[in-house]
Amino acid sequence: MARIIVVTSGKGGVGKTTTSASIAMGLARRGHRTAVIDFDVGLRNLDLVMGCERRVVYDFVNVINQEANLNQALIRDKREDNLFILPASQTRDKEALTKEGVGRVLDELAQSFDYVVCDSPAGIEHGATMAMYYADDAIVVTNPEVSSVRDSDRMLGILASKSRRAERGDEPIREYLLLSRYSPERVARGEMLSVDDVKDILALDLLGVIPESQSVLSASNAGVPVILDEASDAGRAYADLVGRYLGEDLPHRFLEAQKKGLLSRLFGG
Amino acid sequence: MGLLDRFRVARKGSASVARERLQIMIARDRSERGRPSYLPKLEKEILEVIRKYVEVDPDAVSVNYEQDAHQEVLELNIVLPESAQRA
Repeated sequence: MARIIVVTSGKGGVGKTTTSASIAMGLARRGHRTAVIDFDVGLRNLDLVMGCERRVVYDFVNVINQEANLNQALIRDKREDNLFILPASQTRDKEALTKEGVGRVLDELAQSFDYVVCDSPAGIEHGATMAMYYADDAIVVTNPEVSSVRDSDRMLGILASKSRRAERGDEPIREYLLLSRYSPERVARGEMLSVDDVKDILALDLLGVIPESQSVLSASNAGVPVILDEASDAGRAYADLVGRYLGEDLPHRFLEAQKKGLLSRLFGG
Repeated sequence: MGLLDRFRVARKGSASVARERLQIMIARDRSERGRPSYLPKLEKEILEVIRKYVEVDPDAVSVNYEQDAHQEVLELNIVLPESAQRA
């Protein structure tokens, strides 16, 4: 049986797709058969971030509507044999994701995969509720910024009340905080909420902190999940985070401001 | 931070303001989250019943709902106007 992970946030633009791509890639590289599904019907972009946009033939909605089977729609990653992508449809019909249809696809995936990563759209509408409904674990992507933190808290309320686990009275979804676009320098200057601030306000276990980094944009420009950029802070932070998700006890890195040299101290930077 | 910045007056960072605002906002969001969905309708109907007998303001009735591990408390607060003493 696969473990179903939803990557969610409420707010848009906080790094859900970047996170989904990197976590799925990280799990696959560690030998777990992993599928990653784009739930953002109408605005697909996971395929672009993963760099497989030109290989899309069938999509998630085709599979739900039984116009294609899963094997036809799943795209195997060219870098990692254990990783498969199920792209979103470009249809404008948001209701195309039915609860039964999504459940059927996830059940089928669960038979042959270890992990299924669901990349949620922004908002708390239909697509976002479908992405989280069947989840076992939720990774709540949050930026250290007021509206993102508040939206994450709203999403936590939805996870606790509207999921299948909640409806059935099963053990609740395991929720993890992922703080992204973190700038230790700005935190040191008192301009940005700190890791502890956000962790305390949301009362969540911290899975990882992704520092604000140029490499995230460069990676998505190139269609390469940033976790593969092992030279970058963001890439290494994602690799740590995957290890932590799998139960490894790894210290959090990149939380302290970089020490500056004499020149940049004198002239600012 | 340049050398010159060190001579500027240290100001309180905006992060602490953000933290305080969020703590208040999220505490409020969470207290509303657990409320039963019938509360607004209940409040409206109680107001209608009271208005049959006493002329009160629309905001004269407040319904409060609190929940802890052991019990749920539904608190009704009705403010009667001074002039409405016994018709």
